[in-house]
Amino acid sequence: MEAYILSLVVFGALNVMLALGLNMISGFCGQISLGHAAFYGTGAYAAALLSISGLPFAASLALGALVAGALGLVVGFATLRVREDFLAITTMGVGFLFLGFVRKQEWLGGEFGVAQIPSPLSPLGFAVLAVGGALAMVALSLHLRRSWMGEVFRAVAADEDAASTLGVDTARYKLWAFVLGTACAGFAGGIYAHVTGLIVPDAFDFIQSVTILAMVVVGGIGSTWGVLAGAVLLTLMPELFRFVNDYKLLIYGALLLAVMRWSPSGLAGLAALVRRALRSSPA
Amino acid sequence: MSLLEARDLSVTFGGVHAVRGVDIAVERGELLGLIGPNGAGKTTLVRLLTGAVRADAGTIRFDGHDITRAPAYARARQGLAMTHQLVRPFRDMTLAENVSLAAAHAVTARPLAALLRTGRGAARRRAGELLERLEITEFAGRGAATLPLGVQKRLEMGRAIAIEPRLLLLDEPLAGLNQTEAARLADLIATLNREGLTVVLVEHNLAEVLRIATRLLVMVEGAVLASGAGSEVMRRGDVRAAYLGESRAGTGEGRGARG
Repeated sequence: MEAYILSLVVFGALNVMLALGLNMISGFCGQISLGHAAFYGTGAYAAALLSISGLPFAASLALGALVAGALGLVVGFATLRVREDFLAITTMGVGFLFLGFVRKQEWLGGEFGVAQIPSPLSPLGFAVLAVGGALAMVALSLHLRRSWMGEVFRAVAADEDAASTLGVDTARYKLWAFVLGTACAGFAGGIYAHVTGLIVPDAFDFIQSVTILAMVVVGGIGSTWGVLAGAVLLTLMPELFRFVNDYKLLIYGALLLAVMRWSPSGLAGLAALVRRALRSSPA
Repeated sequence: MSLLEARDLSVTFGGVHAVRGVDIAVERGELLGLIGPNGAGKTTLVRLLTGAVRADAGTIRFDGHDITRAPAYARARQGLAMTHQLVRPFRDMTLAENVSLAAAHAVTARPLAALLRTGRGAARRRAGELLERLEITEFAGRGAATLPLGVQKRLEMGRAIAIEPRLLLLDEPLAGLNQTEAARLADLIATLNREGLTVVLVEHNLAEVLRIATRLLVMVEGAVLASGAGSEVMRRGDVRAAYLGESRAGTGEGRGARG
């Protein structure tokens, strides 16, 4: 039981990192990405191979994040010319490219993935590390929103061309968003690889990307606390209700549609509504 | 040397020569009124100058530097600011946040500095001064999307001035305003110009343009038709014909001027 709880904590924290990273790209900077799992996978594979080759755990984690961020930079460059729907389709394509590539590479284990990844920490150790990492990303996310970069992201999300007339190099800011967000995913991937000891390509497929997007949208795109709540909720739901796990895609898809239709700002928007209602109602 | 000098500027959209072989020089300190009937290419010319649209041919020099290939943000950093014909505020920001972001241009020019810094004080103070100047302080905390058009027009102007430009290109800032509002905004533009800011004013409100412009430039069918002092230019037969064509088009008698 204790092992189960600890693994739930780890996966919840990993999802928080993934969702917060995607939120930096799609929520803060307005660049829709449907290929976030590719960067999760990049971090996982990079960190796993480095650990197996004998690098210390901490260094593998850091390099995993770095490699994912570097790939994010490349993908960011490649997508600078596309916007909105086209960007969504392009990033989706990046996800498929990643899978297609990994599956065919013998040195990455092909379909069987990478096994016998060293496990340097106890289950409790991993839980502490994952929660610590998630909290650090919450802090980063909150800071980012308050910083001038966050303010520029808002402007880029609202009207890129108007932002550039104010002297803002919008391309560079979009690249920053991609690098920060994908590095977060890469860091989570590194932890994931070492927790499970085994990674296979399927763990980083399109469904994983959509699941991360669902956490962001359900929580409230652009809101750090909302996204945190969304990630925790969507981690727990399949555990609490068996049927959710059986119909995961169906339910996440329905949730996405429902949120976009009735509460576009997600849980964060609902919370704001409730706060306002409480404040305006006489005590 | 002129502050801005464009030579033989041309651009084509889907077979239409929106701007064809335009030569234009903007002198330091002037308030150049750019007029012409609808479809004459005024907005396209402004967009060419700011970098929103790339020219097919021609060169643009700003303060001696060739900026023909420079992207819009680089031109803005060199001191070329603009307002849009159809207002484009950052809609989910307040009025004050819109102008503050522009006032923080020194920080936002360097992403790493922008990531590390959170202090809004200096930019907010500067924005506050500009809002005061534009007489829209009372709207400071309101969402930009909810503001009346007249205030949004001033917001655009505030945002443009906040980047401390040397040349301000205004694309129909008076359109949609009533007479009193238009006159007051025109007064403000004239004051900014007297304080040393060079201005190019694209505007259909001829009365206000003639009142404040120090020089007039008339465009018709993508080319410059005439340039000179307002009263002289408006006496010319070809200019009057171009405008008569415009007014006929306005009453539904066909628009010969567009070809």
